[in-house]
Amino acid sequence: MGYIAVKGGTHAIEESIKRLKYERIHHGQTIEVERIKAGMRGLVDQVMSESSLYNETLAALAIKQAEGNPEEAVFLLRAYRSTVPRKHYSKVIETEQMNVERRISASFKDIPGGQILGATTDYTHRLLDFTLMDETDVAVQEWLHYYQKESFQGDEEQLTLPKVLDYLRKEGLIPPCENNNMEPDDVTRESLDFPSSRSQRLQILTRGETGAVTSLAYAVIRGYGALHPTVGELRVGTLPVTIDHPTDAGDEDDAYYIGEVKVTEVEMLMPVTVEKEYGKKEMEFEIGYGLVFGQNETKAISMGILDNCLEHPTPDFPSHNEEFVLYHIDSVESTGFISHLKMPHYVTFQSKLDSVRKTKKEGTKNEEGQEVKSG
Amino acid sequence: MAEFEVPVLSIKNLNKQFGSGCPRCQDGESPSFVKNYCPICGTVYACRDVSFDVFPGEVLGIVGESGSGKSTLMQCLYFDQEVTAGEAYLADYHNGEKNLFQESSQQQRYIRNNIMGKVYQNPLLGLKMNFSSIGNIAEKLIAAGNQHVGMMENRGTELLNKVNIPVHRRKEAPKNFSGGMQQRVQIAKALSNRPPLLLLDEVTTGLDLSVQASVLDLIKSLQRELNISIVLVSHDLGVIRMLADRTLVMLEGRVIEQGLTDQILEDPQHPYTQQLVHSLL
Amino acid sequence: MNTAYNFAFFDEGSKREIRRATLKAIAIPGYQVPFASREMPIGRGWGTGGLQLTLSLIGKNDVLKVIDQGSDESVNAVNIKKLVSDTTGVATTDHTTEATLIQSRHRIPEVPLKKNQILILQVPLPEPLRYYEPSESETKKLHAEKEYSGAWLMLFEQIMKYGSMTTGADHPVLVHDRYVMAPSPIPRFDNPKMHESEALILLGAGREKKVYAVPPYTKVVSLDFEDYPFEPESFLDKHCRLCGSTGVFLDELVDEGTNETFYQCNDTSYCIETLNEVEPFGVK
Repeated sequence: MGYIAVKGGTHAIEESIKRLKYERIHHGQTIEVERIKAGMRGLVDQVMSESSLYNETLAALAIKQAEGNPEEAVFLLRAYRSTVPRKHYSKVIETEQMNVERRISASFKDIPGGQILGATTDYTHRLLDFTLMDETDVAVQEWLHYYQKESFQGDEEQLTLPKVLDYLRKEGLIPPCENNNMEPDDVTRESLDFPSSRSQRLQILTRGETGAVTSLAYAVIRGYGALHPTVGELRVGTLPVTIDHPTDAGDEDDAYYIGEVKVTEVEMLMPVTVEKEYGKKEMEFEIGYGLVFGQNETKAISMGILDNCLEHPTPDFPSHNEEFVLYHIDSVESTGFISHLKMPHYVTFQSKLDSVRKTKKEGTKNEEGQEVKSG
Repeated sequence: MAEFEVPVLSIKNLNKQFGSGCPRCQDGESPSFVKNYCPICGTVYACRDVSFDVFPGEVLGIVGESGSGKSTLMQCLYFDQEVTAGEAYLADYHNGEKNLFQESSQQQRYIRNNIMGKVYQNPLLGLKMNFSSIGNIAEKLIAAGNQHVGMMENRGTELLNKVNIPVHRRKEAPKNFSGGMQQRVQIAKALSNRPPLLLLDEVTTGLDLSVQASVLDLIKSLQRELNISIVLVSHDLGVIRMLADRTLVMLEGRVIEQGLTDQILEDPQHPYTQQLVHSLL
Repeated sequence: MNTAYNFAFFDEGSKREIRRATLKAIAIPGYQVPFASREMPIGRGWGTGGLQLTLSLIGKNDVLKVIDQGSDESVNAVNIKKLVSDTTGVATTDHTTEATLIQSRHRIPEVPLKKNQILILQVPLPEPLRYYEPSESETKKLHAEKEYSGAWLMLFEQIMKYGSMTTGADHPVLVHDRYVMAPSPIPRFDNPKMHESEALILLGAGREKKVYAVPPYTKVVSLDFEDYPFEPESFLDKHCRLCGSTGVFLDELVDEGTNETFYQCNDTSYCIETLNEVEPFGVK
């Protein structure tokens, strides 16, 4: 019964923390934060996205401390985020301003500006590359030198491209989109309420756990949902972030550029039937929107799918129920509650024990009572 | 019905529309209507100026095809839907002086829990399928302020007995029951607080013929025994003939004919009613 | 003290926001006030609701006590205490009477609390109607309309099934004749301590993002029926093997040698204090 009479907790924790440190470094090597940043782009992007904190260095530090466990790294960054005061809100970012690195459409072959494959694993063969076993810094530098000579001539130009959807909109195939200039709700400052606003939904989705968001979106398109989406446009690139001048708010020229964020943006198209005047039925496209920090394409697409699902609640599928989706996809919440089951519950258990014993006694009484009644 | 009697329930000019309406149909009437539907904006006028009274101990039948607005009407009466306009008065609520549709949702809940009972066509709407049958009855008793387990158990057992649910199955959940049994549990639940008014919405639709007959018999005998007032909605004139003293015929959201049930069956006036009666014979 | 972070971990703006929600909770006894629960350096579900309340309220002169399931020394209690003292430097104590802030998981201390104290309870599931109705927007309506038949129905079902109410811990209560509230998974034994408590009781659910409160001297009644009255866990004829106390919540233990069942105070600091009273020089 050692678990019940928990004593010496302080000592136990200290020893446990030492042991954890041992596990992290017992190979006698340490991994520099800069190397994580340099070589683990996918993980860094995922952690930044789920943490809703854009800082590659801190994400790399969290990954180091968490020994590469994304669940733990996100947890660290989110907790850090809680301590950071909110000093500014950025100005609205128009994604047309994106400096595009990659951009594809699954709907149209010929899109204004063209398809740009950019960096993607989509067409790599997933064969283990054993040459990476002994890749050296020297070899890497050399390769870079030649690549740069070959690919970058002169100043690298900013590449901004029109949105694919604007083209469809001009044709009247998707309804015109009115800008909603309401201040978005901030789910980290005010808790979610239901029915939720779209800004609340988009925030929860973009910081959702990658696997959870993907699984639910997969369920939707596999059959537990009512959507048949196509990728209208997927683009990856960097967006400039600006904040207002403290005294001249709203003046574009006086806004401060504070940096840029790399994001994946997806606009999904879902064909729907709409009823016009005189009951005339027409097909139109609706949009599902996904935007996540870093290059996280599967998650961005999944977000676009779920965004549209939640615009159309139906009791038929849990994936169209906002409480079901939004309450369960957060990494820190789901892993926290699951892992809390490891905590001792012996008072609650003692209490239940008392009730169970009572029913054993009452139960016999009850049975006799019933026999009398039916007899 | 005698003129001097005070109605249990009185409905005046109940209107319910789905959709916001457009300039062409805002008066609820337009030459371009398809039945009660505005093809321009898609608004459905489900109930149009429906008025009627229900008297003590009376069974009022409402018959009509699907889409005639009768089920919407029932939903409005039990506050499952909000009315667009209209008034409703219950003799047992503030002496029939307060329009129920204007009351707060808290008060409407009180009215549902204490003065009315409803049996839905779909038992999922009327029962908690995973709770025991007797618990389902207790839910309504608790809602009306009951705090005594023994009394609720006795009342529940008595009611289940009345609707022919065997005593030994009273602690079973309705999800284990057949459709007919589920309807009988719903009836028991609806009757639990001895409401002066019972609403029955297509209660036998979808049941086997023999089961239908037994449920109808049950309703009939309970009504006689308890002298309760009933509003009964059905698309089946056979059900209406068996139970209703007086009948309203609804078509496209309006009441097109009303009178004693016998009279309507013998001498229908409106062409639609005539068609309905002929198809019964 | 860890000075890489602000006093009490949060930035001041966050603390103020949490205190605003807390004030609202105190103004509406038993009502669950939504708040923007922050991610904390300990697991969501490991007491982050209570911890946020503690950190938003704590000042330099406070004395903190943290208990987990009655024990000051359990790993989780120690862990929370360490985090608060690392980021604030405030004094901690095991003595219930010395503490100004007491954060607790699943117990209310045996020593009656006084008016200069605040008890903060950690809450895993704040919604007493959740089992009856899974949807948050629906339960909100039920609270608004004071429609609590579901809460009693759950107890009625237990009686139908087992012949008695079988709630273990977290037996629902009616606060100030208005809101049905989950008292957090304290044993039924502790429910009566909430009634007319001299100390302010705050309840925080971090993952579910709710704060609620029982202000001092508030009526708190455990739900029951006329013929099935509420019953706390019974320790009749049992006493603590160490200090001899009766009338306290006891842990049931088995002697590994003799296989005999024996009992011991669950509230460890209470037990030690009682022992010290009996034997002035202490046994520990």
